[in-house]
Parts: sequence; C-alpha cells; structure tokens
Amino acid sequence: MFKNKNMEDMIFYDRLQFAFTITFHYIFPQLTMGLSLMIVYFKWKYLRTKLEKFNNAAKFFMKIFAVNFTMGVVTGIPMEFQFGTNWAKFSELTGGIIGQTLAMEGMFSFFLESSFLALFIFGEKLMGQKLHLLTGFLVFLGSWASGYFILATNAWMQHPVGYEILENGKFVLNNFSALFSNPWLLPAFLHNQFASVVTSSFVVAAIGAFYVLRNKNMEYGKLFLKTGIIFGFVSSIIVAVPTGDWNAKNVAKYQPATFAAMEGIFETEEAGAEIILIGQPNMLEKKIDNKIAVPNILSFLTYQDWNKQIPGMDQFKEEELPDNIPALYYSYHIMVGLGTIFIGLMGLALFFLWRKKLYTMNTLLWAIMFAFPFPYIANTTGWYVAELGRQPYLVYGLLKTVDGISPTVSSGNTLFTLLGFVGLYMLLGLLFLVLVGKTIYKGPETQTH
Amino acid sequence: MELFWYIMIAIVLAVFFILDGYDFGTGIIHLFFAKKEKDKEVIAKAAGLFWDSNEVWLVVAGGLLFMAFPTYYASVFSGFYLPLIIVLWFIIFRAIGLELRSQFNFQMWKDIWDKSFGVSSLLLTLLFGIALGNIIRGVNLGGVENGVSAYEAHYFFLPLWNSSFSPTGIHPGVIDWFTIVIGIIAVVTLSIHGANWIILKTDSSINEKLKSVVFKLNIALLLLTVFSLFIWHIIKPEPFSNFSDRPLLLIFPIIYLSGLFGTFLIKKFKKTIYAFTCSSLIIVGGITSSLASMFPVILPSTNDINESLTIYNTATSEYGLTVAFGWGIVGFILLFVYMIVQKRLMGGKIDKMDYGH
Repeated sequence: MFKNKNMEDMIFYDRLQFAFTITFHYIFPQLTMGLSLMIVYFKWKYLRTKLEKFNNAAKFFMKIFAVNFTMGVVTGIPMEFQFGTNWAKFSELTGGIIGQTLAMEGMFSFFLESSFLALFIFGEKLMGQKLHLLTGFLVFLGSWASGYFILATNAWMQHPVGYEILENGKFVLNNFSALFSNPWLLPAFLHNQFASVVTSSFVVAAIGAFYVLRNKNMEYGKLFLKTGIIFGFVSSIIVAVPTGDWNAKNVAKYQPATFAAMEGIFETEEAGAEIILIGQPNMLEKKIDNKIAVPNILSFLTYQDWNKQIPGMDQFKEEELPDNIPALYYSYHIMVGLGTIFIGLMGLALFFLWRKKLYTMNTLLWAIMFAFPFPYIANTTGWYVAELGRQPYLVYGLLKTVDGISPTVSSGNTLFTLLGFVGLYMLLGLLFLVLVGKTIYKGPETQTH
Repeated sequence: MELFWYIMIAIVLAVFFILDGYDFGTGIIHLFFAKKEKDKEVIAKAAGLFWDSNEVWLVVAGGLLFMAFPTYYASVFSGFYLPLIIVLWFIIFRAIGLELRSQFNFQMWKDIWDKSFGVSSLLLTLLFGIALGNIIRGVNLGGVENGVSAYEAHYFFLPLWNSSFSPTGIHPGVIDWFTIVIGIIAVVTLSIHGANWIILKTDSSINEKLKSVVFKLNIALLLLTVFSLFIWHIIKPEPFSNFSDRPLLLIFPIIYLSGLFGTFLIKKFKKTIYAFTCSSLIIVGGITSSLASMFPVILPSTNDINESLTIYNTATSEYGLTVAFGWGIVGFILLFVYMIVQKRLMGGKIDKMDYGH
C-alpha cells in the first residue's frame, strides 16, 4: 500500500512539473513561429515597395521575436532535460526513436534559428537588404522546422510507426522514413503552425489597435491592424478547416476512446451521434449536465454520414479511457469554441476594414486589443487535448505513463524542483511582460533598445 | 557505430565548452575584475552577443546523447536529478542577467543583473567541473545496499553529498572533496579562457591587467593539475592504464599540456588569438584526456555487483545509429558553416562594432 501511494505521488508530481513547464514554455514558441512568417512578409514587402514603414515593422517585430526567443531557449532546455530527469524509463525505452527527431531538431532547426536571428538583428548594414531578407527567411525556416521535428516526435507518441519492440521492452527504429510519413504528422503539424500564426496575428493586430486607440504611431497602428486581421482571418479558417477537421478524423480513427471522451459521448447512440456544444461532464452519473447538443452533426462532420454510429465511452474498458475526462472535454471544447469566435471576430474586422470604417470603430478596436490572450489559451488547450487525450499512455496503446517515470527520483525531490520552477517562472513571466511592454510602448520608430 | 557517435558527442561537448566556456569565464572575470561601468558593459556584451548560439551546442549534445545512448541519458539524468535541475536554474539566471542589464539605464538594475550573470557563471562552471568529477569517480549503480540492488542495474540516485564528503566507498555524493577539486580546476580553466576572450574581443581598460591574471591563474592550474593526478590514485587503483595500454591516446594529455604551457607565454604573444587558442587546447585536452582514461566506460560503478556503463551497453540499435550517421554528417557540416558565417560577420572588437545598441 505504502509503495503504491509512493508511486502515485511520483507520477502526479512528474506530470504536474512537465505540464507546468511545457505550458509556460509554449507561450513563447507559439508566438515566434507565427511571427517569423509575418516578419518575412514585412521585410519582403519592404523590398518590393521601398516604404520604410515595412522595414521598421519587420525590425520592430524581430525585437519582440528576440525576447520571446530568449525565453523560449531558457524554458526549452528544461524540457529536453526533463525527458531524462523525470521520464528516464520512457527515455530509455523510446530514445532510440524519438531521440532521432529531437536530436534533428537541435541540429537542423535550433541552430538555424539562433545563428540567423543574431545576424538579422545585428547585420542589416553589413549584409544589404536582400541578404537581410534571406536571414529573416532562415529564421522562419528554423522555427517551423523546429515545430516539425517536435510534432514528428509527438506524432510517434500518438500513433507509433516504424518501430519494433525488443525482448527487453525497448523500442528500436526499423524504418526511419516512416517517422516522417506518419499519417498523424502532417495534419497535426499544419494545425499547430497555423494556430501559431493565429496567435501572432492577434498579437500584431492588438498592438495595432493599441496604437490607433492611443492615436500614436498611427501609420504603424493601421499597418499592424490590417496585416494582423488578414493573416488572422486566413489562419483562423485554416486552423478549423481543413487542418482541425483532419486531426479530429485522425483521433476518431486511431484513438476512438479519446474521441468519445473529448466529445463527451458517454453512451453510444443507435445511429448518428450528436455534437455537444455546452455542458459539464458528470463522472458520477456518466452523463453531461446542462447539455446543449445538436443531433447527428458529429457523425456527419466525422464521417460525412448523418447516421454513422460513433462508439461512446461505454464501449471501452475503464483502463483504456483517458484518466482525466473532464479536463480533456473542457480543453477540447474551449479550443473549438475559441477557434469559432476567432473566425467571427476576424471576419467582422475584415468586413469593416474592407468598408474602410475599422479605424474609427473604437468598440471593435478595444475588442481586438483585448482578444490577444485567447489564441494563447486556445493553443494551450489544443495541446492539452493531444496530451490528455493520449492518456493513460505515453506511447499510444504500447507504453503506459506510469511505466515511463524515473524509478529513482522520489516525489519529494520532484516537488522541490517544481516549486523552484514555479517561483523562477513567475519572475521570468514578470520580466518578460515588462520587456515586451516597453518595446511596444516605445513603438517601431525608435531604433535603439 | 557506437564509437563514431561517442566521438561525435565528445566533439560537440568540447565545442560547447570552448564556446559557452568563454562566456562562462567572461562571467567569472566580470564578477571579480570589472569595476568601471564602461568595462562592465563591454565585457557583458562580449558574452551577451553570443551566449544563445553557444548554448545550442549543449542542446545538440543532449539530443545526440539521447538518440545514440538512451540508456545512459536516462540513467545519468535521473541519477543526477537535483544538480541537473539546479544547473538549469543557473542557466536561466545567467541568461536573463545578460539579456536584461542594458534594458533600463539605472545603476541598481544593472548591478542586480551583473551579479546574476557573474554568480551564475561561477556556480555553473563549478557544477560542470563537479559533474565531470562525478563521471570520473563513478556512482553506486543499481543503488546497492548490503549486496542487494534497489533498482535496475543501470539506475542510481545520488544525494548532493554524503556525511563525510568522501569520494571513496560505494556511497558517494555529488559533492565530495575529489569532485570539488575538479570543479575548482574547471573554474580556473574557464576564468583563463574567459579572460582571453575578453582580451580578444574587447578594448576594455583591464586587458593588460587580465594578462597577468591569466598568468597567475595558469600557475594555479598547473599546481592543481599535478595535485589532481595525485589524488586520482585514491579513487582509482590504476587510473592511467588506458594510456599505457594504448600510447596513441597520449595525444590528449599532450594537447592539454601544450595549451597549459603555451598560456605562460601570454605576455609575449603578438596576436591575442594565440592565447585564446591555448586555453581552448586546455579545455579540449582536459575533457578528452578524462574521457580517454576511462574508455570505453562512460560511468563507472562503485560497487562490485553491477557493471559500469559503457558505450556498448547503453547504445541504441545499430540501425538507428546508422540512419543517424546519414543526417548527422549533413548536420555537422551545416553547424560548422553557420558557426563560421556567424563568426566572420561578427568578428573584430565588440567596442568598435555598431550593433544598433
């Protein structure tokens, strides 16, 4: 009994620490991945139009990028370390496979990003404009490649391919290219990348709204609003259709238990599953409280067949179902709900931009300014869907989370380091806000920092 | 293939300690010798412009270790749990120290982040040295107690110290008098290296003074090296048998010694890059000599029950290592190209560069 309690504590703190540190870490890359694309756009636009404002915009956002990148580096190294420190058994068993993609991330993308970021910031005069655009593009390439390798790693955990399991339980690679042709990978990668473009578009638009409302840096305020709204509208749609749709279909196909849990289907219906819009999972009575649902839609969206039966949670054994169904259900519904609101908000803004009324519509501008935290929430909950949905497994169907932790690290030690991370990251978060706030307040025309 | 990846990871680690080593050392020198604001600023910049691309080498070393020797990665990272996480915290404090000092222009703000940078650099260097000491000394693999393993044979957990701070016996802690000596050697080495970097990259007013600091530190390093060779015998009966069996390995200690004695010429060198090269040789020679003395062991066992970890019993499958060989070669070429491009474009003295600051 005592030993089991010990194990439970170890798993709990290991998971909590990973969840906390990865959630905090992902604040930064989700902005930089999207922002790098927009910086390349601004710089490219400058080369075409020779209007100084585009160049200043590119350099201004690269400054914000740099602060985020630094935060991403210092909070990212702990992620790599934690595979070994807290998830030693997982690393030992699967390192031969996910070590490949993680090492490739370091070699091919991280280096590209960090080397050329420094050159972009410091080397404009040295290199000339075309090379400067090229360094910006390489930063973008590095940050997206980084996302690609991380998603390849995660895709393997969600849907393992190209492996064999040895007698001692170790997973070894037997087909390298399968890691990259994994059917899970491309939809997840595109969904994730365009979701990060949503975040950066909302941030760019919010800064624009801030300038326009303050009636300061008006030229830039309008430019940022326009660019942010167009990028934001297009990316919000791509995140939903086709990429979000592909991912949902993948979950339904490869992780049916997860699909039932995230949609909140407790009981299998005879024909045609309803889609639940609002409601709270009641785990005692195994039903959704205060439910608002639309019949047959889920079957149609998933299989283009109004009457296709979708297995509910009653079809699966308890130990195959995710271990925190309400958290998974809420994460999924928050993500989808916010995603829908993003399309609406950006669609509305785009309409008034087109009618040339946007810059005087204060209420809408205030809404855009305060909307920027929500893509962060949607991105984070999206990852919660992926990670909670994969439970109780680390490698879906093959390796349970409980079997992946470090056998020798006690819960007391993990709690100690978790508390340290919480304190340190609070400080980091404060400093980050001060720095980014200062940069935004000063505006794009001050070139020194 | 195991041997290939072992050598590659050793190279990446050596490059990491040369590159990030100079900005660690710069931090230590900054802490003790930079007094005027102008010097403080330029010395912090000599580290601040480069630290993040240098630290990527650590990430790559970690990634490659994970890929090629997953059992080792799992064992060492969980076994040294506390010191590794504390290393992470210092890495964060160091980085924010460097990034934040120039953000606001008032003295208290700068002083706080200078201290954060300097103290973290010092303690990190000490910890990296202690880590090397631990790898040389070995650990109680399997957590053996009264002849019985508490864990699987390749797992362990080390306390930060044991009651006697003694490196002998089967229950060592992370910090004992042997690993402390190696830690101090690391601090002295990287201080020399950092001072050489400052002399190379800046026109700070303490450059001349730093040359005599390097000279004095180098005397200390020589004495410490002799001392460490002496105490090595206490923890290992025949620490240098690898060198007598394979005389070719003696190249590594020779690299170390050539760097060490070369550094004594610091005041006579016509170009400052020579001194920096010498301290780089000390770092490369020091790391490779330590590794070569153990080869093929990468973590010795302090008990008789569980065998030491070697590159052969911790590596992944041959297929994985071979596939990685393909992309690894491409990756390494790219790494060195980036490094050269960056160093070319950002060469010269920091003071004279216009970085838009």
